[in-house]
Amino acid sequence: MSALELLLQQLINAVSIGSLYALMAIGLAMVFGILRLINFAHGDLIMVGSYVALLLQVLGLPFPVAAVAGVAASTLAGLAMERVAYRPLRGAHEIAMLLTSFSVTIFLENLAIILFRPTSRPFPAPAVLRSVITMGQLRVAGLDLIAIAVTAVLLAALTLFVRRTNIGIAMRAASQDLLAARLMGINVNRVIATAFAIGSFLAGVVGLLWSARVGKVDPLMGFNPVLKAFVASVIGGLGSLPGAVLGAYVLGGLEILLQGLLPSGLTPYRDALVFAILIALLLLRPNGILGSTEKEKI
Amino acid sequence: MLKLEAVDVAYGHIKALVGVSLEVREGELVALLGANGAGKSTALMTISGIVRPREGTVVYNGTDLAKANPFDIVGLGVIQCPEGRRIFGGLTVLENLRMGAVRRADSSGVRRDLDSVFSLFPVLGQRRHQTGATLSGGEQQMLAIARALMGAPSLLLLDEPSLGLAPIVVQAIFRVIRELHRRGVTILLVEQNVRQALAVADRGYVLAAGRVILAGSGGELRSDPELEQAYLSTAPEAGR
Repeated sequence: MSALELLLQQLINAVSIGSLYALMAIGLAMVFGILRLINFAHGDLIMVGSYVALLLQVLGLPFPVAAVAGVAASTLAGLAMERVAYRPLRGAHEIAMLLTSFSVTIFLENLAIILFRPTSRPFPAPAVLRSVITMGQLRVAGLDLIAIAVTAVLLAALTLFVRRTNIGIAMRAASQDLLAARLMGINVNRVIATAFAIGSFLAGVVGLLWSARVGKVDPLMGFNPVLKAFVASVIGGLGSLPGAVLGAYVLGGLEILLQGLLPSGLTPYRDALVFAILIALLLLRPNGILGSTEKEKI
Repeated sequence: MLKLEAVDVAYGHIKALVGVSLEVREGELVALLGANGAGKSTALMTISGIVRPREGTVVYNGTDLAKANPFDIVGLGVIQCPEGRRIFGGLTVLENLRMGAVRRADSSGVRRDLDSVFSLFPVLGQRRHQTGATLSGGEQQMLAIARALMGAPSLLLLDEPSLGLAPIVVQAIFRVIRELHRRGVTILLVEQNVRQALAVADRGYVLAAGRVILAGSGGELRSDPELEQAYLSTAPEAGR
């Protein structure tokens, strides 16, 4: 394999994994922007959607139907989460909201353990997701290309949404100044519910792609993605949507870069090294790459 | 039009308003004056439904605003332009104005009002695609007023529109306030700039430590020796 092919191969890997982080990080960033809530239960929406998709496939439904139902289940679960767990806490301290997100996580994960047993189950994916395209020495997983394409379409749609629609502009307004948004008559509850719905929808999509990638689902499968998404949004600047996307690709790139460069004896320490680099980055830019340098909003 | 009666507001144990009664009639420009911490902004936030009174009523054209939420209050046409401008810095001028009109369904009226605020503040028209954060302080204040006007206010609440601005900009802002008044917009104006405020106001109220201590026409208040006293005796009675 030539150096160019190797570079291209790794670039595809980096963009593919970065895309999944990006879709997750957007959900976190949207909610954080308005509520100052780091919703760690966001990862469990991946699990909810994946299990629903798995269940329907086991029941004999074709993959596309199961996939749509899985994404819908994630979206509804996210909306329910906002309504039941977070809306009653409106105006409460940020720590109270953070603790609530932990309890939502514990609740959902244990519910899944009771319903589906703690062991992992294989996730059947259609042939197209498992295909490998060979171009010369280059071997590209069909799943990677699909992940990149789906993310590109979703990011474009999201950009149009936050720039062109009233509710999208209201979302940006509310994340900049919640009091001013209320004084203008922006329906803050509706804006927050919309942010949860969009983030949960994206988490549902990530769930399908993630489960197809690793080939299995388990009740705790949301933990790693939400951690990575959190790190990505911190790198980019918490609460900034472009920052979350940029941070996700930086994180994906770093991971793949170290994976390729490290001698095989050191690869188990990859994540430790990635996080060390991030700590260094945050020492230089404490508010993230695109984070504002102004004082925290009140 | 708007009538506050015996309104008490408290933040925890700290009393911000004590038995405040005041009235704004259709087409009037009423000034609400007082020293720092006298409760002026609290009064506006109570009218806007952000702060809930403990006692008393806030009746606007027959609706008790003390029981309504900000969303519905804006829908009634009671629009506040808050202290410190609070424009959306990351949004363009046009997007800020669009948010001011977010509760309105009459798109032709919104377009007309957009032309009207651009003729009132030509500089905003020139900068329509710039983000709010790139505007100067005076331009930001104009944007804040314009954004409130995009809500088609039947009652406009202006909180310290001249705060922190250069004298020449203050003159421009007061010219606009006078112009809005001439057009028949009902205005409740909170100001530290007493002389200017009383020069444009039909009537005024003076708050001290959360109570109305003086009320009268602009001319009466200007010649009242107690007015100065209100700004000197600022010892808060709050907390008692």
